[in-house]
Amino acid sequence: MNNIPQMSSRTPQAEGSHANKGDSSHALGMTANDDNHALHYEENLLWEKERCDHPGVDLPAPAGMPLRTGQQAREDIGLPQVSEPQALRHFVRMSTWNYSIDHGFFPLGSCTMKHNPRLNEKLARLPGFAHLHPLQPESTTQGALALMYELQNWLAELTNLPGVCLSPAAGAHGELAGMMTIARAHEQKGQGAKRKIVLTPDSAHGTNPATATTCGFEVRNIPTKDTGMLTVEAFKEALYKTDPKGADIAGMMVTNPNTCGLFEKDIAVIADLLHEVGGYFYMDGANFNALVGKIRPGDFGVDVMHINLHKTFSTPHGGGGPGSGPICCTEELARYMPVPTVIKAPHLNPLPQGRGDSESVSSSAPSPHRGEGRGGGASYYYKLETNEDRPETCGRLKGFHGQFGMHVRALAYMLSHGADGLKQVSEDAVLNANYILRSLENDYHAPFAHQGPCMHEALLTDKRQKEQGVQTLDIAKALIEKGFHPMTVYFPLVVPGTMLIEPTETESKDSLDRFITAMKDIAGEAASRADAEEHFHAFPLSTPRRRLDEVKAARQPVLRWK
Amino acid sequence: MAELKFTTDHEAIYIDGDTAWVGITEYAREALGDLVFVELPEIGRQVSKGDEFAVVESVKTAAEVYSPVDGEVVEANDNMEGDLELIAKPLADGGWIAKIKISDPAQLGDLMDEAAYKDYLKTLD
Repeated sequence: MNNIPQMSSRTPQAEGSHANKGDSSHALGMTANDDNHALHYEENLLWEKERCDHPGVDLPAPAGMPLRTGQQAREDIGLPQVSEPQALRHFVRMSTWNYSIDHGFFPLGSCTMKHNPRLNEKLARLPGFAHLHPLQPESTTQGALALMYELQNWLAELTNLPGVCLSPAAGAHGELAGMMTIARAHEQKGQGAKRKIVLTPDSAHGTNPATATTCGFEVRNIPTKDTGMLTVEAFKEALYKTDPKGADIAGMMVTNPNTCGLFEKDIAVIADLLHEVGGYFYMDGANFNALVGKIRPGDFGVDVMHINLHKTFSTPHGGGGPGSGPICCTEELARYMPVPTVIKAPHLNPLPQGRGDSESVSSSAPSPHRGEGRGGGASYYYKLETNEDRPETCGRLKGFHGQFGMHVRALAYMLSHGADGLKQVSEDAVLNANYILRSLENDYHAPFAHQGPCMHEALLTDKRQKEQGVQTLDIAKALIEKGFHPMTVYFPLVVPGTMLIEPTETESKDSLDRFITAMKDIAGEAASRADAEEHFHAFPLSTPRRRLDEVKAARQPVLRWK
Repeated sequence: MAELKFTTDHEAIYIDGDTAWVGITEYAREALGDLVFVELPEIGRQVSKGDEFAVVESVKTAAEVYSPVDGEVVEANDNMEGDLELIAKPLADGGWIAKIKISDPAQLGDLMDEAAYKDYLKTLD
């Protein structure tokens, strides 16, 4: 997930903020002392528990016995002493305060909060996958490596970009891997010192310019504000701005579909112009859910891109596991991308009875017994490559194999959908977003709706409601009151007061209709109430904490609990 | 005589002889919302026109402030760090972020006057 303002992010609470005086828990007569009311909990810190000095049983060491490991060094470091059920309940109670995709609709734009199928979890928990150790000899992990190899092949096929590195641990990490690959390519061609400019549209995810800067590039903005899209004219102006031949251009970073939820229709022309001057095209794959199975980024000129397995391929965003942001690149760039990828290596000691057929280790039916040195006739085995295998690599970015558990889940998702199913995923995601856009375009300002259908996310703004003093933030808070997680707000920055709604394909029409009804009610209240501004500023009313003073919290954060 | 100038990126500039007092316009303040942080430039820093020299951060976003001219940062408004509400004041009355010694007065010709800026704002919505 990129650095998008989110409603889910926790703001430090400002001390004495006027907003907290109306704290609903106090209104209900609750004290903040391990109290609860109608199964609605207040939760103290472990240190504040009434009995935080009661450790579990700790018997003295028997006389004459040597002390057990660690006992000698043990001293009191001030941790709260609570029993196991106390500690367990503390964390489980707090976990119930989280809102997640397993609770309800989660239309956070650009985040693809789709349902995470439980089949993925079941497969990731198979002992053969779950109990592997990353330092096990490769001869004993052939099945896992074959799975990674298979996933690489799926990603290569879906993107038409044959080089795949699975190791980046998140989208922004994938961006870093991709831009380091581009930097390495220029460096190896002796162009590193003069190609310093990276072009990004002003609608880019904030991580794009951040990544380019981290890699030592200078960022140049391409304005998109009129249509929300890149135009060939604006691109050319940026491309040739400081060098008529564009010889100072390292590349460009573009999200497609872009953050306004629109497909960049001139992208192939723009990619050709970029390639003509020797630049590389990095695509931010955050919005790949709109394209998967329909078109392949390699076909419209992308040189390297990342894919968020935790968005498009349904692995959890958090709570259940880490993110995973593999990169895919062209054959030309593949030699520069980070190590390791999984490769098929010639067998060191092929047995004479071996069939000598490279397909004899079938990726669809891998068996560790046919791996390295175990006989069975294989002439290839799977291995993680090293720097020796690919000396031009930009290096290693992540320990071991990357987030292997996510690789299992993502491949499980791909195999359970199949090629036709993945195509339907993107079609349904786009259909759902357009259903929301068309249902709400008369209630909210939809700046790009007249241009045609959106992709997988619908962009609305608060332009009409602002006239009544009701702004995007108020609409988001009102949604919380109505039981919905808000959409992404105030992003992309190119449009004022944005609300970016991404329903994903996993929501039913019923669920979309409930959300649409809530949004229509909010627009209706904003339009009809004389006291709309005041009314909306009070939201949310029923949450454990009411509206926080975000400005005071940011200006005078209280970072200690006491 | 002192005069106010504006950029398309919503910097407001008060010209005081050979020094430009740079702040942000009301439009920019409205778009950003309440500020929570201002990152001031270092005194003595050489800036070119279009260089980012300060950052203003609100609860919604962070925005760069660009230098309207080539020159040297001669003063930064330290008072603003303690009182972010100052940003809403007129430039000459404490609303400036930094003062830049102008090295090429001809560049002032590229800036908009108040009437031109108002017309420009009309094209934005």
